[in-house]
Amino acid sequence: MGRVLPAVTCVAMLAALYLVFMVVPTEQQMGIVQRIFYFHVSSAWMAFIGFFLVAGASAVYLWNGSRAADRLAEAAAEVGVLFCSLVLVTGPIWARPIWGVWWTWDPRLTMTVILWAIYASYLMLRAFGGEDEAVNRYAAVLGIIGVLDIPIIMVSVRLLRGMHPAVIARNEGGSGLVDPWMRIALLVSAVALILLGSWLMQLRVRMGRLGEEMATLRHEEEARRGEVA
Amino acid sequence: MRGALVIFRKDLSIEWRTREGLSSVLVLGLLLLVVLTVAHDAPPEAAPALAPSVLWATFLFTGLLGVQRGFLLERENDCLAGLLVSPVDPAAIYVGKLGANVALLAIMQLFVVPLVGLFLHLDLMPVLPALLVVLALGNFGFAALATLFAAISVRVRAREVMLPLLLLPLLVPLLIGTVSATRSVLAGGLALATDAVTVLVAFDVIFAVAGWLLFAYVVRD
Repeated sequence: MGRVLPAVTCVAMLAALYLVFMVVPTEQQMGIVQRIFYFHVSSAWMAFIGFFLVAGASAVYLWNGSRAADRLAEAAAEVGVLFCSLVLVTGPIWARPIWGVWWTWDPRLTMTVILWAIYASYLMLRAFGGEDEAVNRYAAVLGIIGVLDIPIIMVSVRLLRGMHPAVIARNEGGSGLVDPWMRIALLVSAVALILLGSWLMQLRVRMGRLGEEMATLRHEEEARRGEVA
Repeated sequence: MRGALVIFRKDLSIEWRTREGLSSVLVLGLLLLVVLTVAHDAPPEAAPALAPSVLWATFLFTGLLGVQRGFLLERENDCLAGLLVSPVDPAAIYVGKLGANVALLAIMQLFVVPLVGLFLHLDLMPVLPALLVVLALGNFGFAALATLFAAISVRVRAREVMLPLLLLPLLVPLLIGTVSATRSVLAGGLALATDAVTVLVAFDVIFAVAGWLLFAYVVRD
């Protein structure tokens, strides 16, 4: 498993890049910049997977105190924020030539930036909350509350904030992807980025586990030296 | 239930005897109103349109301060440990604290809302019943999340910045809902605010239940 995932990720990533840059026809209205869309949308999917994994792992951790679940929650939050940041970086690159502005407060953008802030604050809590074991529990509570917030954010930004139908219709995946190759490219890109996200999470979980083992060893070593002295 | 009532009375009587939290929150509320109104610098005819955003931005920031105080008090002399060994269910502690916070925030609203009307040239009397519904929904939703996260923030390092950091992103849908509902209410009544009120009710119910269920995991040691 340790070797298979990076290899498969690499193949999928090369395939996605080849499809996006060599095979897919250039979109007629938007031009070359539309090609960023494949990685933009795929990153958003991976970010969502990460955020839901945080909630699931957090619930398991609160239920049975499993260290593995806690490490998975932390890894998923980091990877989720990473991919959410990619969404927020690739979006404006596309928006500037198409909409004429880097940023608008359209429902999707509003939602993405709120989600980013929620999980960035989750990482802050873990990083600056202190060494106490209880911080993991607080983070788990935040992970669950965060995912409960997602549907309310979605509904509130859609119902209550100004709608820009033309913009959204063009941003929508289904209506824009006229060529079948576009759909295939989107699918392959999504698979590639989800594989990449999973690999990163796996590495991050292992790093967390090794870090904990290291701390235990150091602790034992100090205790042993204390006895000798 | 009786435990919750005891906690509720305890928090309010501490507040009544010192009046420290409430008075600082009221003055901060006034100051934020002044700051936001002055910063907008709107001509008199444009001022009423600012009311929803000024009102709820003021509410969020003064509320953050007020709610955090309720738990900082419990830290002194390890009062929270005392609460936890007492024969009161953690969920009941949450309900009692939530009730006390809602009461304090309501007093703050009682003070801030007329000032919004005064500063921004609004006659609030005709829409008062509908406005009270929106104020209560916003108050309860805010308190439901803030009570849970105040308990977290006072027990971690960097606690002064932690509460706004954790809470503000989660509260954005509440802010969107309350501002939109207030705008509709001021424009004509509750009938225009159905969508926003639905969002607020959903927010209140979901996070009150979540807070009630999750509070035990926050305070247990």
